[in-house]
Amino acid sequence: MNNYVLIFIIVAYLAFLFLIAFWAEKNSKSKWVNNPYIYVLSLAVYCSAWTYYGSVGIASQSGISFLTIYLGPVMSLPLWILVMRKVIRISKQHKISSIADFISLRYGNNRFLGALVAIICVFAIVPYISLQLKAISETFEIITDDTSYVSTSALDDSTFYISVLLAVFIAFFGTQATDASQRRKGIMTAVAVESVLKLAFFLIVGIYITFYLFDGTTDIYQQASTLENFKKITSFNGLESGFNWLFTILLSFFAIFLLPRQFHVSVVENERERYLKKAIWLFPLYLLLFNVFVIFIAWAGNLTLVDNTVNHDYYTLLLPLYHDNLVLAILVFLGGFSAVISMVVVSTLALSTMVSNNLIIPYGFLDKFIKGNPEKNANYIKNIRRISIFTLIIVAYFFYVNFSYELSLFSIGLIAFAIIAQLAPSFFIGLFWNRGSAKGAVIGMVTGILVVIYTLILPFVVNVLTGSNTLVDEGLLGIKMLKPYELFGISFLSPEAHAFFWSILLNTFGYLTFSLSSKGNYRERNYAEMFVNSNNYANLQEGAFVWKGEAYVSDIRNVLNRFLGEERTERALNIFNVKYGVSKREEMADARLINFSEKLLTGSIGSASARILIGSVAKEEPVSLLEVLKILEESKETITINKALKEKSEELTELTEQLKTANSELLIQDRLKDEFLDTIAHELKTPITSIKAASEVLTEEDDMPKELKDRFLDNIVTDSDRLARLVHNIMDLEKLSNGRQELVVQINEINETIQKAISGIEHIAQTKGVEVIHQRGLSIYVSYDEDRMLQVLTNLLSNALKFIAPTTGNILIIAKEKQDIVEIAIEDNGKGIPKEDMNYIFDKFYQSKHQNIKKPIGSGLGLAISKKIIEGHQGKIWIDKKYKKGARFVFTIPK
Amino acid sequence: MKKILIVDDEPNIVMSLEYTFKKKNFEVFIARDGSEAIDIAESSIPDVILLDIMMPNVDGYETLKKIKESTNLKHTKIVFLTAKNKATDIEKGLQLGADKYLTKPFSVKKLVLEINELLDKN
Repeated sequence: MNNYVLIFIIVAYLAFLFLIAFWAEKNSKSKWVNNPYIYVLSLAVYCSAWTYYGSVGIASQSGISFLTIYLGPVMSLPLWILVMRKVIRISKQHKISSIADFISLRYGNNRFLGALVAIICVFAIVPYISLQLKAISETFEIITDDTSYVSTSALDDSTFYISVLLAVFIAFFGTQATDASQRRKGIMTAVAVESVLKLAFFLIVGIYITFYLFDGTTDIYQQASTLENFKKITSFNGLESGFNWLFTILLSFFAIFLLPRQFHVSVVENERERYLKKAIWLFPLYLLLFNVFVIFIAWAGNLTLVDNTVNHDYYTLLLPLYHDNLVLAILVFLGGFSAVISMVVVSTLALSTMVSNNLIIPYGFLDKFIKGNPEKNANYIKNIRRISIFTLIIVAYFFYVNFSYELSLFSIGLIAFAIIAQLAPSFFIGLFWNRGSAKGAVIGMVTGILVVIYTLILPFVVNVLTGSNTLVDEGLLGIKMLKPYELFGISFLSPEAHAFFWSILLNTFGYLTFSLSSKGNYRERNYAEMFVNSNNYANLQEGAFVWKGEAYVSDIRNVLNRFLGEERTERALNIFNVKYGVSKREEMADARLINFSEKLLTGSIGSASARILIGSVAKEEPVSLLEVLKILEESKETITINKALKEKSEELTELTEQLKTANSELLIQDRLKDEFLDTIAHELKTPITSIKAASEVLTEEDDMPKELKDRFLDNIVTDSDRLARLVHNIMDLEKLSNGRQELVVQINEINETIQKAISGIEHIAQTKGVEVIHQRGLSIYVSYDEDRMLQVLTNLLSNALKFIAPTTGNILIIAKEKQDIVEIAIEDNGKGIPKEDMNYIFDKFYQSKHQNIKKPIGSGLGLAISKKIIEGHQGKIWIDKKYKKGARFVFTIPK
Repeated sequence: MKKILIVDDEPNIVMSLEYTFKKKNFEVFIARDGSEAIDIAESSIPDVILLDIMMPNVDGYETLKKIKESTNLKHTKIVFLTAKNKATDIEKGLQLGADKYLTKPFSVKKLVLEINELLDKN
């Protein structure tokens, strides 16, 4: 095929991806861009050219071990809810933009650690990218059948131009915002589309080979079983092979979390936590579909392409070509091309962020930023990233040109995995163990990397440079124990599994040992606590941040201005003030503002740089570890206490209301009490005045006639009686009011009692010439204190007697049984009770509106006492307001 | 002979006062409440009125106001004789124009002295 046609197809395809990315950026709010499926498909960036071509190569030569690379991720997915959700939550809260930033922040914004992680990632991934470029170049050659042509310089190598185009794509869509923690919806949508295409094309070619070229799976199996190496590639070789499997699965298990591109798509680009739930079952399904036909394509390739010179990796492409199906071959090519560019794009993007935020900016550009203006700074940051992107791609390209002819996709991929796995101890253990320290992390990582270099990379480099295998065969300085592939005599593992085993063992050991022996500074412990207990602090990460020192808000504002510009800074600080209820006029910054500002900057320049920048304007004081732990403990308690406080405050408000009501009632009671005392005093003074005056008159006058003398003495006696009665009533009322008077309740017949009361006043009635009529019905037996009942009846009868006219007056008394009560009514034909007094007549404190008008019934204690007695019997007493002929008092007692 | 009007609703107290002032050569008039007092005062024009405050129908303060309105009674002295002894009550009584404010229970001897002193001023 003419290579210009293919170039045209490639360019058209790239243009298509540009358009998709461009459209997604424009419609970033659209539901086509924001949905869990885009997220799950972007995770499939895991399936690179290695999956697309390499798996088939491995399957054709070493059997099903290619599956280990997918078993790791599939097995890890159930853990995502536990681990990934935590990582996502923390990353969002702290605006983390890469795994380097994540690890650096966990160990207290450790600048060196961030840089180390960034270097490790570049070291691992750049060769990996170059292998992907190699795949493009080689498949390009296969399709154009141009093997005779060997490019002599980069300028006439199509792969070089494709690389540059990719760099432009990444730089354009990847650096739209200065804040690297912001999502790149354009790139992600393009990656998702590519994921669909690469899977679809791979399935098409799989079906074509299995069902068109062969007669289904059974046919391929039967034919392949006749091949000489069939047994070897389909069997499982005992325990040793089992260890290889185990370690390779573990390797890919770590890779799905730690590969910069995986961290980028699963954490940084995650829009909502709940997308994880879709990912847990959809992503394994995707991987399963991708692997269905691998083994059949491999067998078909082994059967069809017997020529040993062909690269097994490219069976997928070679098979359609062998059958002259160019269209299908181009589809396969585009599928592989998709797998390559999505991997290259996301990896380069993730690496460039790390390089700029964790390597370049914190080491050397901070001073420049402090002097620059916001626009300049934003451009600076973007340019640093753009230059990083181009540099990374170019370096990867030259690595491919000069180095990678020797290596298969599978082995370079595994080397990258083994290097990246060195982040695992500090990442995973640090997430759940708060003692993990920066020192432990650095030492563990460096040890691990050195082991990987010695056991995996050094032999390869030595071999390439000198062409000799003595290092591998005889060990360093001829010491057998130090054979790179068989360290300390472990000879049964594949080089990659072997390197992984030793490196991760020593790495973990170093990490644990040095973490236990070093305490780390307070900031480290602070973040350790926040990461490990992220759930506890979910709502108060700000509260969990410990900081002591002195900083002016205006200084911090200046720093923010340089990066965010005045408008955004103003907006951010407004949000801060509103969120935390901090006054705008506050001059000194507190821990929350420091934390808030660091977070604002983290997305743009990385957490370590953010800390350094804010630190440059804030005088920080060391905080003791004890204090950190105390504050953290307090923040945890604060949540509970705040809740309790809110409840208490509501209770208090209610209580205050009740108290207010009670108080105003008390005030009324108090006033009534005063008035009552006034009335009582007045009532007591009247007979005393009379007695005193009469006594004086009697003493002065010796010659008073006996008749007159007797009248004065008589007055003294009546007034003394009146006084005694008054005192008795007051005491009685008090006793009844305080409940100190116990009732002697017995079953009595009410008509009998009424009769007794009438006979008590009969004498007075006869004197006045009035009638007291008792309408007697059936006997009614009911429980009450008879003496007290007599007191009530007598009181009511006496009152009635007082107000009826002589001779014409009459009183009627009736007792009636009504359901569960007994009702007694006393009616008279007197002048009745004034309307305004009706409501208050039973009130002992009551004085009518005209305070100085004497009420007809004196102090009214009789009625007050009667009311208390009836209430003591759980009864009621009232005046019948409808009764117009005179007064009608009614009371009830329950049966 | 000086004329005195005793206004009180307590017959026993009135009896002692009536006896005492008659002995001291006063012409004694008696009223049992405020409205009665005004009528009797208008007809008898007493030199002094002994006025209770807590009374049925019309109280002492109201009675005093009515008396003050009457031109016939502008030379009549008014003395409150009451059990109400709070400072606010006394102040109110004097503000309304009473010449004296005496409290119950009282000493008969002292009461007579006070009344005489009041009448001797003129």
